[in-house]
Amino acid sequence: MTPVTRGFHGRPRSPGDASRLPPGQYLTTDFPVLSYGPTPHTPLQEWTFKIDGAVAEPVTWSWEQLLALPPEPVVRDIHCVTKWSKLDTRWRGVSVDVLLEAVQFRTSYLTAWCDGGYTTNHLLEDVTGGKAWVVYEYDGQPLPAEHGGPARLLVPHLYFWKSAKWVRGLTFTDGDHAGFWEMYGYHIHGDPWKEQRYTGD
Amino acid sequence: MEGTAVHGRLTWQLATLVDRVVETPKAMSLMFDLPDWPGHLAGQHVDVRLTAEDGYQAERSYSIASAPGEEHVTITVDRIPDGEVSPFLTDELMVGETIEIRGPIGGFFVWEHSLGGPILLVGGGSGVVPIRSMLRHWANLKHEPTCARLLYSARTLDDIIYQREFAELGALENVDVTIALTREWPEDWRGLRGRIDKTALESAAWSSGLTYICGPTPFVEAVSSTLVELGHDAASIKTERFGPTGT
Repeated sequence: MTPVTRGFHGRPRSPGDASRLPPGQYLTTDFPVLSYGPTPHTPLQEWTFKIDGAVAEPVTWSWEQLLALPPEPVVRDIHCVTKWSKLDTRWRGVSVDVLLEAVQFRTSYLTAWCDGGYTTNHLLEDVTGGKAWVVYEYDGQPLPAEHGGPARLLVPHLYFWKSAKWVRGLTFTDGDHAGFWEMYGYHIHGDPWKEQRYTGD
Repeated sequence: MEGTAVHGRLTWQLATLVDRVVETPKAMSLMFDLPDWPGHLAGQHVDVRLTAEDGYQAERSYSIASAPGEEHVTITVDRIPDGEVSPFLTDELMVGETIEIRGPIGGFFVWEHSLGGPILLVGGGSGVVPIRSMLRHWANLKHEPTCARLLYSARTLDDIIYQREFAELGALENVDVTIALTREWPEDWRGLRGRIDKTALESAAWSSGLTYICGPTPFVEAVSSTLVELGHDAASIKTERFGPTGT
């Protein structure tokens, strides 16, 4: 039984917003930045995106090759585990479904890896069926470096640490291996609607 | 112990406010009694949950300001005038009353003895809170032979959080404290005048050891990219960024 906090009323609540806000989240209109180290800056001519691991043949795209793939506009709400949510964020990028068409994979677990050493784990079902993208535009502009540019993973139905910044590849793994924040006690799956913030939630 | 996974469930606990300290006109430290607190590492944070009568709940994260092993868990709250949670914590919550807290959370932006020294701590504004926990912890350990250096950027003299404590810690043999005032400073100000820039970082940075940077995003971006420019290994720099929100 959750105790009522005397004297706490909270902001006025409108039912419309509430239906789009997962438990424990609040709305923000700006775009906070959270990263654990300095922002990496990989030159685009050196940038590649690779799918490897438990696959028949690894595949690598250059920056130009990624941009040549059919892009999709994406408008979604995003939810950060640090409690802020932002509605109707506008992105453009390539669906992970399109990328996966190029490989034959043997497992249903993936790890996204990034410049700077960050990793995060995903189940295949969370990044397929129109649920995940590699995005390179935000709000009609090239994705700024502090928000993960040149390209980041976007998996908006999960907490935003799952949308890895500076993503450089996906590795198919034999099991569901905890990524960076998942190792530090954040939830292995991270569904904001189930409030899966930390291990055991 | 770096990299130690956090196991087990983080449950909400009733935290009783036992004391409050006005740090600046905007910032207040709140000390809580948490009977089942499992202990924390310097640099970790807690989640705070408030519940309205209609069941509506607001949650926020706050860095822990107290050092590991202290009797009470302290957070320092920066009062955001139109915020939903921070004005409640600073203005409404009375000593003896309870809120819900769970933690500790986060295992990367932490310093503990096994990570050794020297260390460079760089704080901007209320980003100095988790860094204060680290510096207190460092001072409590006493036997650390290397040096901890704090660079702290505040707007004005009035905005300096933990001012007296930092002066005391700075007098220790193995602690250096330098405060930069960016907006205005007294005529006889002996710290840095203006932002923490490349020159300041060049003279403050150690040739080895870890660097911890916490503050608003532009501050963290500027300090961390300057250190990388100066040849410091990105892997030795740990950051925590506060977004423009955080009410």
